[in-house]
Amino acid sequence: MIDFTASSSAVQSGALVGAVLLEAVVLYVGYGALERVATPIVEKITRA
Amino acid sequence: MEPFGIALTTLALFVSFGFMVGVLFGFFGMGGSFLVTPALLVMGYPARVAVGSGMAFVFGTATIATLKHRDLGQVDYKLGGLMIVGTTSGIEVGSRVVYYLEELGLASGAIGVTYVVLLGAVGLFVTRNALVNDDGDDSDDNHHESDEEFDPDAIPPLAKRIQSYRIPPMMTVAGGIQVSLWLILAVAFATGLLSGFLGVGGGFIKMPAMVYLIGVPVPVAVGTDLFEIVFSGGFGAFTYGLNGGVDLSIVAPLLVGSALGARIGSAATSVVDEDDIKIYFGLMLVGGSIAVAFRQAGDYLGMDALNTVSFALILLSAFMVSGAVIYSTIRTMRAEARASAPSAD
Repeated sequence: MIDFTASSSAVQSGALVGAVLLEAVVLYVGYGALERVATPIVEKITRA
Repeated sequence: MEPFGIALTTLALFVSFGFMVGVLFGFFGMGGSFLVTPALLVMGYPARVAVGSGMAFVFGTATIATLKHRDLGQVDYKLGGLMIVGTTSGIEVGSRVVYYLEELGLASGAIGVTYVVLLGAVGLFVTRNALVNDDGDDSDDNHHESDEEFDPDAIPPLAKRIQSYRIPPMMTVAGGIQVSLWLILAVAFATGLLSGFLGVGGGFIKMPAMVYLIGVPVPVAVGTDLFEIVFSGGFGAFTYGLNGGVDLSIVAPLLVGSALGARIGSAATSVVDEDDIKIYFGLMLVGGSIAVAFRQAGDYLGMDALNTVSFALILLSAFMVSGAVIYSTIRTMRAEARASAPSAD
């Protein structure tokens, strides 16, 4: 017999891990864009 | 105001704490379970939620740091895959040793003493080694932009000896180094054994093992270690998630901070001098060793105050080392900018 309770908690847990992965990728891309904008400013400051 | 169901001050604390851990994680490939789980426990979260959310945070931060190291050409996927196979088997054996010691009633003491001695010994060894190297080599050209050919003189003597055992099949790892597949698996198994025995992620063992036993350049060792942690952290988060141990309201703000910190920490490995990385890593471990010794003493004597001192010490050493990493990065960038200025004229 299939244990639906166990499979639903596995799906929920998988979704949680997926949500963390999605947030990580979104933040990586977002901060990457920010880095491209901020790098010239930081270089200007470090050269000062 | 309570976005995500937690107070704004707690949210700010999580973001800034995540930033600090992210810098260390991206720079050393370790520090997640070392810092986050004790912090959540001190904040009053149940152990299951503290460990599970810590695992999910480590998984997310390792993903971000690995992506950054991949951009810099500092991840050896082949070595990472082999390390996963070896460490997984080692962890299984290590955990069985713990069960056996539990039956004998010796587990707690043996694990505590081994943890403190190992942290301190690895920390002192790495720091001493880096200081000796620093005295002998004053060049500022000791960091790696990508997977360029590695200077054979920079390979530690122990790694050279391990590389001299040419048991087929041989394989080429980062920097063009040739090592026996069996020796890589043996090193991975040994680090996994310790990791499973101590019940920790084991970045503090794996990173130096890759550098000193296999001869991998430090930035590649960090990147490859982080690649491994993506899988172990993901699996751990999934396991704890099954029992409701992952709280997204904790993980999400921590990740907002650590994503930025991990980018900075990862990028810093290609800017900061390799021996400086080792010195900071060693000091972080020595600080951790003293802190864990306080915690063990607190548990043994039943004194909660010592546990608080332990956590404060871990936090202080993490804060100082992450600050030193950022300071060292800015100083190196400024020196490089000054050095390149006259030639531009």
